[in-house]
Amino acid sequence: MDGNIISKIRLKLPDKWPDWLFQKPSEQVSLKPFWAMVAKDISDHLRSWRSIILFAIIVLTCVGSLYTSISEISESMQGSDAENSFFFLNLFTMTDGSLPSFFVFISFLGPLLGISLGFDAINSEQNKGTLSRVLAQPIPRDYVLNAKFLAGIIVVSILFFSLSFLVMGAGLIILGTPPSAEEFLRIITYTLMSVVYVSFWLNLSVFFSVKFKQPATSALSGIAVWLFFTVFYPLLVNFITKGLEPSRYAPPRIIYMYEKIKFALVQIIPNELFSEVSSTLLVPSVRSLGPLTTEQVHGAIPGPLSLSQSLMVVWPQLTGLVALTLICFLFSYLLFMRREIRSR
Amino acid sequence: MEKIIEVEGLTKKYGDYTAVDNLNLSIAKGEVFGLLGPNGAGKSTTILMLLGLTEPNSGRAKVCGIDPVQSPISVKKKVGYLPEDVGFYEDLTGFDNLVYTARLNNIPQDQAEQKANELLEKIGLGKEKFKKTGKYSRGMRQRLGLADVLIKNPEVIILDEPTLGIDPTGVKAFLQLIVKLSREDGITVLFSSHLLHQVQQVCDRVGIFVEGKLLAQGNIKDLSAQLFSTNSFVVQGGIKPLKLNGSENTVPVEKLSDRLKAIPGVAQVSFDDQKFEIQAEQDVTHMVSQAIVQAGYGLTFLSKKEFGLDDIYSRYFQ
Repeated sequence: MDGNIISKIRLKLPDKWPDWLFQKPSEQVSLKPFWAMVAKDISDHLRSWRSIILFAIIVLTCVGSLYTSISEISESMQGSDAENSFFFLNLFTMTDGSLPSFFVFISFLGPLLGISLGFDAINSEQNKGTLSRVLAQPIPRDYVLNAKFLAGIIVVSILFFSLSFLVMGAGLIILGTPPSAEEFLRIITYTLMSVVYVSFWLNLSVFFSVKFKQPATSALSGIAVWLFFTVFYPLLVNFITKGLEPSRYAPPRIIYMYEKIKFALVQIIPNELFSEVSSTLLVPSVRSLGPLTTEQVHGAIPGPLSLSQSLMVVWPQLTGLVALTLICFLFSYLLFMRREIRSR
Repeated sequence: MEKIIEVEGLTKKYGDYTAVDNLNLSIAKGEVFGLLGPNGAGKSTTILMLLGLTEPNSGRAKVCGIDPVQSPISVKKKVGYLPEDVGFYEDLTGFDNLVYTARLNNIPQDQAEQKANELLEKIGLGKEKFKKTGKYSRGMRQRLGLADVLIKNPEVIILDEPTLGIDPTGVKAFLQLIVKLSREDGITVLFSSHLLHQVQQVCDRVGIFVEGKLLAQGNIKDLSAQLFSTNSFVVQGGIKPLKLNGSENTVPVEKLSDRLKAIPGVAQVSFDDQKFEIQAEQDVTHMVSQAIVQAGYGLTFLSKKEFGLDDIYSRYFQ
């Protein structure tokens, strides 16, 4: 049976596929056209009303959450804890309850940003008739996809980094305390991670834009996936775990297994992965993410972790996010590279 | 003659449907070749295969001596392609669109701008170059498309239905522009169309393409000779009886018809009221006119019919 499947896969591959896979590119191509494409896509993003509106929404919500966190901080601020407890990071996580905090906002609006930057990447070019014209130029076909992706990432990075720096600057002025080196590094790492997170959604929507001819369809599919992961999948997990729930008097081993399963089931949700990453990075006292047994916790000194230790805690989540991003990219590649491009 | 496009046994199938069936074609350098056929004949598919934008199921194509399946990028360096119903980035100006294409062809920015300016003048869009292409008319877009194709200094340009949707004067100007450019710079032009008159006006040679097969190729004279090999001369005319002093020397039409048939080489004579058509093996116009006058008729008109693509086309699709 196995042999059958393998031989079937073999049949689908081109002849001499190892040669084909590892051959040197036969044609010399320059990278200059690629950068011209990236520059054009970036300027398209920056000029379009869609992105301007989105940027405005994100900046406004972030200002709002910054305001609530600052008002909360100034109330709860005690002279003693400014020194040692990663005070500055509270700007990103604290809230007085009227508005969600900065990092919750980012994890909520990030998918929207990613989807809206990518949902019409390929299909609108196809519908406008520019795709066949661009592909008639001497450029490798993947330049189109790569440029769309890179341009999106650059725009998102510029937005997120400037937001983070603005929040830090506002915090500096209002609180009057500079961030420590570690806090600064944590914020930078967190910002990088949010770019990775948005790039997952960007890739997903680029994939849909390759798959579906109508931009509206691809936008809706992107939003559907997002809704599924934020609303329905947790519901589903709830149903499953409810059915599996052991009795209160079950042996600890069973309870531990149950908690493990519950934890594992939500680990494929990109939102969950990202919120775990961001909370670990922004709240240094988070020491673990999954369930722990008493023996594992035994002897642990409660206190903040160093950045490298925090990174180690979220390494699996991080790998998961990057893997999901790559899978989306791979699928858009597979769909796009061998497709026949007709005009309109 | 140096061959710039060579196609051997090219076949493309979509499932069970054969879009292009065992196509053989060769086009010489500097030629203007028209690919003629009804919609859905496989013209666009052939063009896509020549550019490496889709892969043939079997057969081989060579463009400028390069195989487009193996090295599509090298082919696209030398071939300019104007797709059917070309689109531009509508929020950019015509000038910016051209410069972008030039940049994709790895032409440095300053040269690109200079070249774009030159070409925009050449195609007559010098005044509108800073207008956004979203505001361009169809004809302007097509002309911009031509500039877009020329900016990479191509050896071959391939135009897919370039005149679709342009008004008649625009078509004429557009085609003259193509021919002029082709003659000036020695560019080979391949263009597809289903409109005969245009092809007739500008092409050196045409290929007639139906249901994925190339039925005939050659210049218009060759094609008509191939098709109308017997009785290829047709004379048409109109007659009116001459009533000279009331004399009764006008013969009846039937008799005139017999006399005309008796002229050596005439195969068929048909009368329709006072008009007639004669099919003959050779040029018999002079003898026809003599016979008519002798029969007591005057000629209202007499013309030798030349076969146009219309006749060729309709003969093929009968």
